Amino acid sequence: MEKSGYVIEVEHLTKRFGNFTAVDDISFDVRRGEIFGFLGANGAGKTTAMRMLTGLSFPTSGKGRVAGFDIWTQSELIKKHIGYMSQKFALYGDLTVNDNMELFAGIYGVPKAEARSRIDLLLDRLSLMPEKNSPVKDLPQGWKQKLAFSVAIIHRPEIVFLDEPTGGVDPAARRQFWELIYEAVDEGITAFVTTHYMDEAEYCNRISMMVDGRIDALDSPHALKEKYGASSVAEVFDILARGAERSE
Amino acid sequence: MKEFFAFVRKEFLHIFRDRKTLLVLVGLPTVLIVLFGFAISTEIRNVNIGLLSLDDDISVLRLMDKLDRSEYFTYVGRFDSENAVNEAMRRGEIDAALVFPAGFVPAMYGPEGAEVSVLVDATNPNNASMEVMYLSQIIYGYFGEDMQAAAMSAGHSGGGGRITPNLRMLYNPQLKSSYNFVPGIMGLILLLICALMTSVSIVREKETGSMEVLLVSPIKPINIVLAKMIPYFVISCAILVNILLLTIFVLKVPVEGSFFWMILISLIYIILSLGIGMFVSSIVRTQITATLLCGMIFLVPVMMFSGMLYPIESMPVALQWFAQVIPAKWFIEAIRKIMIEGVPVRYVTTEILIMVGLAVLFFTAAVVKFKDRLD
Repeated sequence: MEKSGYVIEVEHLTKRFGNFTAVDDISFDVRRGEIFGFLGANGAGKTTAMRMLTGLSFPTSGKGRVAGFDIWTQSELIKKHIGYMSQKFALYGDLTVNDNMELFAGIYGVPKAEARSRIDLLLDRLSLMPEKNSPVKDLPQGWKQKLAFSVAIIHRPEIVFLDEPTGGVDPAARRQFWELIYEAVDEGITAFVTTHYMDEAEYCNRISMMVDGRIDALDSPHALKEKYGASSVAEVFDILARGAERSE
Repeated sequence: MKEFFAFVRKEFLHIFRDRKTLLVLVGLPTVLIVLFGFAISTEIRNVNIGLLSLDDDISVLRLMDKLDRSEYFTYVGRFDSENAVNEAMRRGEIDAALVFPAGFVPAMYGPEGAEVSVLVDATNPNNASMEVMYLSQIIYGYFGEDMQAAAMSAGHSGGGGRITPNLRMLYNPQLKSSYNFVPGIMGLILLLICALMTSVSIVREKETGSMEVLLVSPIKPINIVLAKMIPYFVISCAILVNILLLTIFVLKVPVEGSFFWMILISLIYIILSLGIGMFVSSIVRTQITATLLCGMIFLVPVMMFSGMLYPIESMPVALQWFAQVIPAKWFIEAIRKIMIEGVPVRYVTTEILIMVGLAVLFFTAAVVKFKDRLD
């Protein structure tokens, strides 16, 4: 759609709350079809940055385009072209699996017939077909998360923002969850993931590390490990985070 | 627009999947109406009455018979001394007694007139004053007729020629207590559903985190809130119809004034209550605070200060002023005037205007607050 191969382009993005600079002059690009890991300690400014990218708040200064739309003037268009999965489980427990999927297909304006076939496809892929009419609250946690992800991509967004999507699930379920992300990426969706789990960061094509509102490092996991002489992403993170002044 | 309806559908699903809450919503007004209408009636009924009369006068006995036949009193029996009356009252056999002195009937036709004592058990002062009022009315009426008849037959203007008070209870001639509380119940229930349920349902989305997902979606925040109100608006209308049907056909309270205006005023009140709900949801973050806020700030004062239980006129001035700021007070007053007094709508324009003003105020405050929150 756009000229460049980037779905997110950010230049000198800054967000201040009074004297506090939550996001301090960050610039980065996300390529179409990649899994981009957005890492940082709590309070490093990840959430604030993500809110600006998803059209929830305006930056104090800087420029940015998401899915080809300007974050200053076209936030409504951005919202139509992105998917979002929050760290809290945000589907409606009292509604059925099918109701939840229909609801979000409806909210994102997916045409009825189209929605039906996509829902069936997704249910099939998650092998949730037999649970189609059970309330979501009765599903095991790992399934809920997979369902939430499927709902987030039901309108085939260009980018899906995943805010700590695997919090509170066991390693096996996390592994399965990442397989879903890979499948979505194979279909051309770009994934923008924040996570606490450093092993998950290894699955990303590229990762950025935020410290004190700045992006201190951005590269592929392999390149980062080489640059810092570390054996894992976790080690790289430790080296960078040591310099942090803000912490919880 | 399609997005909007997908969302409205979801709100209906929430309500209909939660059968218990739905049952409470529909059942509560029914139970309250029946309870207030029949069980907690403030009118008197089946009051046991005794007689202390030293003469065997036929007109006194006929009076007791007349009292016995009314639904308010039951004639228990005759006592022969004041002590016996006291004893019976202490034992709870009688609640009231009429004491006729010796020579009562002849004295009645004499120039001095006669006296009858009405004794009532005033442990419950409200009941006691009601009983005294009923009894004096019946006694006046009875002897008034008697004396007139006597005067006619004697061919002269009978003895004493005293003025008998003519008490008339306007608007509620049978003194049915059910008249008074119906507008109160309407005010309470509609507020409960519109303000409490709406605010809790909006705040629930904040609490569970689904609001975040909705805000990232293309649906506009204001539409999220409007979509929440539609189902509660529909349910409130259904409940309004239910209350009116119960009132008219079960309690047999007539609607004196314009039906059209009564419905319209109720709709304004429903919208006002939804505005309160929206306002509450915009200033709190958790369901529990929303419940407390709605309960303490809006529901309890409605009970106390809307004139439903206690008349506002008899409160201290400071509290009377406080009562003026309670939205439900204006609704209850307007409905009472139209439904029971049957006055034309021009007499309730103040109430209507205040309600519309409050609705605008709450909605504006809520929208301003809601926009603030977004950033």
